[in-house]
Amino acid sequence: MDIVRIATAGSVDDGKSTLIGRLLFETNSITQDKLEAIERASKRRGVDYTDLSLLTDGLIAEREQGITIDVAHIYFSTPTRKYIIADTPGHFEYTRNMITGASNAQVAIILIDARNGIVEQTHRHFYITQLLRIPYVVVCINKMDLVNYAESAYNEIRQQFDELFAKANYREQQLQFIPASSLYGDNISSRSASIPWYDGPSLLEYLESIEWHTGENQLPARFPVQYVVRPKSAQWHDFRGFAGKLTSGMLHKGEEVVALPSGQSSTIASIQRFEEEADQAESGDSIVITLADEIDLSRGDMLVPKSQVPEGLKEISAQVCWLDHQPLKTGKNYLLQHGSNRVKAKVTNLFSSINVTDYQTIEGVAEIGLNEIGYVSLKTAKPVNADLYAVNKHNGRFILIDESSNNTVGVGFIG
Amino acid sequence: MSQAASIPAFPRMLEDESIYIMREVAAQFEKPALLFSGGKDSITLVRLAQKAFWPGKIPFPLVHVDTGHNFPETIRFRDQLVKETGAELIVRYVQDSINAGKVKEETGKYASRNTLQTVTLLDTIEEFKFDACIGGARRDEEKARAKERIFSVRDDFGQWDPKKQRPELFDMLNGKINIGENVRVFPISNWTELDVWTYIKEEKMNIPSIYYTHQRQVIERDGMIWPFSDFLNTTDDEVPFEETVRFRTVGDMTCTAAVASTANNIDDIIREILSAKISERGARMDDKRSEAAMEQRKKEGYF
Repeated sequence: MDIVRIATAGSVDDGKSTLIGRLLFETNSITQDKLEAIERASKRRGVDYTDLSLLTDGLIAEREQGITIDVAHIYFSTPTRKYIIADTPGHFEYTRNMITGASNAQVAIILIDARNGIVEQTHRHFYITQLLRIPYVVVCINKMDLVNYAESAYNEIRQQFDELFAKANYREQQLQFIPASSLYGDNISSRSASIPWYDGPSLLEYLESIEWHTGENQLPARFPVQYVVRPKSAQWHDFRGFAGKLTSGMLHKGEEVVALPSGQSSTIASIQRFEEEADQAESGDSIVITLADEIDLSRGDMLVPKSQVPEGLKEISAQVCWLDHQPLKTGKNYLLQHGSNRVKAKVTNLFSSINVTDYQTIEGVAEIGLNEIGYVSLKTAKPVNADLYAVNKHNGRFILIDESSNNTVGVGFIG
Repeated sequence: MSQAASIPAFPRMLEDESIYIMREVAAQFEKPALLFSGGKDSITLVRLAQKAFWPGKIPFPLVHVDTGHNFPETIRFRDQLVKETGAELIVRYVQDSINAGKVKEETGKYASRNTLQTVTLLDTIEEFKFDACIGGARRDEEKARAKERIFSVRDDFGQWDPKKQRPELFDMLNGKINIGENVRVFPISNWTELDVWTYIKEEKMNIPSIYYTHQRQVIERDGMIWPFSDFLNTTDDEVPFEETVRFRTVGDMTCTAAVASTANNIDDIIREILSAKISERGARMDDKRSEAAMEQRKKEGYF
């Protein structure tokens, strides 16, 4: 069964929570007791309909303010697919939570209020889908009921969005525009009779129709070692297995591999999934590999095919999104985590920050603050076996950890 | 549902993700532990840990905070599982916390030890200096849980601060903590109740017998069926009677309601869940205390 990960983004009052509630309601994913609970809560709040948005805002502070502060994960399934929705906050001040939620998404749904058109948050949300290279974006033009289901309102927003996309770098991204009303269920799981001029799919029809071939198996294999399994038991006395998740590509039994950073080579003696032995592993598989030779290999190291060795980088240029109150500054040291590898890194240069509204770069900035995005270069204490993010997403990203607070303070995309 | 629902396949990607998380815990922490309650979710965790480190043993102990109000079947199952896996088991008792005067037994007909166990848990973490505790919470269970990270940092007092959660990007988990802090880790965050059951089916795992249909002395309260036991404070008009029931979720005998059911195999259990009109936590009195019951308990250090 396929799993499809979706991130939703929208500004305050775009009806994002209602949209999700509607999607769950129409796929019969809400049990009777939960539905009754929100009916009671709706009445308490004095609304005369069942406010489906009450399903998602889970924190006390969120219900008090009627906003989303942190990512909520919501699950539903159809007979063919399991969907995981990361419901992300729209406020500027919670952008870092939006990136957290969107980081694993294959589809992003950006909501736009049909009355307001594109607002500043839309630019930011779209920019993040571009930065993360989310392959599918649904632009959901919501609250069509409040503009009398007028085609002109839809066309105007669509045109504005096309202009936005014209400036974007990641051209392969697929856009789908859907006019909808989440309050009345127009174009959510089935097509709306109120919008006869639209001949595209409903939201759910679109999600069900997307074909997933991310091509990750075709990329060069990258196997970061997470943990060395050494049972030292009587039965497995000499067993030395390298546990990890194959982040991209495929590996086969008998294949020649190189261990990084040592550069020593060997061949794959076995690939294990628990007790089962396999001839090959695909991208995403959590496996244990044994090698034919005793070579130096431990957590943080990487196994790669002999013919496709990445260049060990000690100087990294990257686009960084900053997630901490303490700004990023030139000369500061951080811990860079790339897969299972952690190395010390120094910010050697801070080139520019990006205005996500007009995509203009601002040169000569002194720092990059919370929720801002900039171009930096870093120098690492040891080589990092990375690829470019645009080529290999899994092996082209890293996080930065501030060793004084131990917090995750930034995320970087190698470019 | 009119026609018998077909049973979906377990999405294997979830197992890959969970095993990856288990290995990150073993690699990033010095003294991890797996919180084991004897319920299906923690049994699933044990299975995942076995797979993650095979052919090695599970490199951390199982920790059971025993409220003293467990179903006896659960305890028997726990001891059998420990024997089979060769895992280390640590048990600490809520009764000891009560005897030491650290917590006070609740009174009245809704009295339960569910809230009390937080104190025993925090004491156990301190006693063994655990820096990471693996738990079987899932995000689909409850809306405060839907907000929690996979690596969830707790302060010196075991408290969760939902407004100050660390960003958690892609699959990159940051387990670095300050002295005194610890991390709660939730490897099956992205599993649903149905995923757990289809996994149990496909892995042919054993589960405690109370998940299957059986005859039991029960009482009716608030429209639900409660297992009758010495731990349950009943009123005069709550007369026990025998019923054919099973449990969909397993917590303490005082706060877990049964469902009328004749399901005696995994396929029937799964079909029952597929057509259920009530959610899993709907049978848990501990969640019903208020709209924010779970968030409040988590802030206090509950898992």
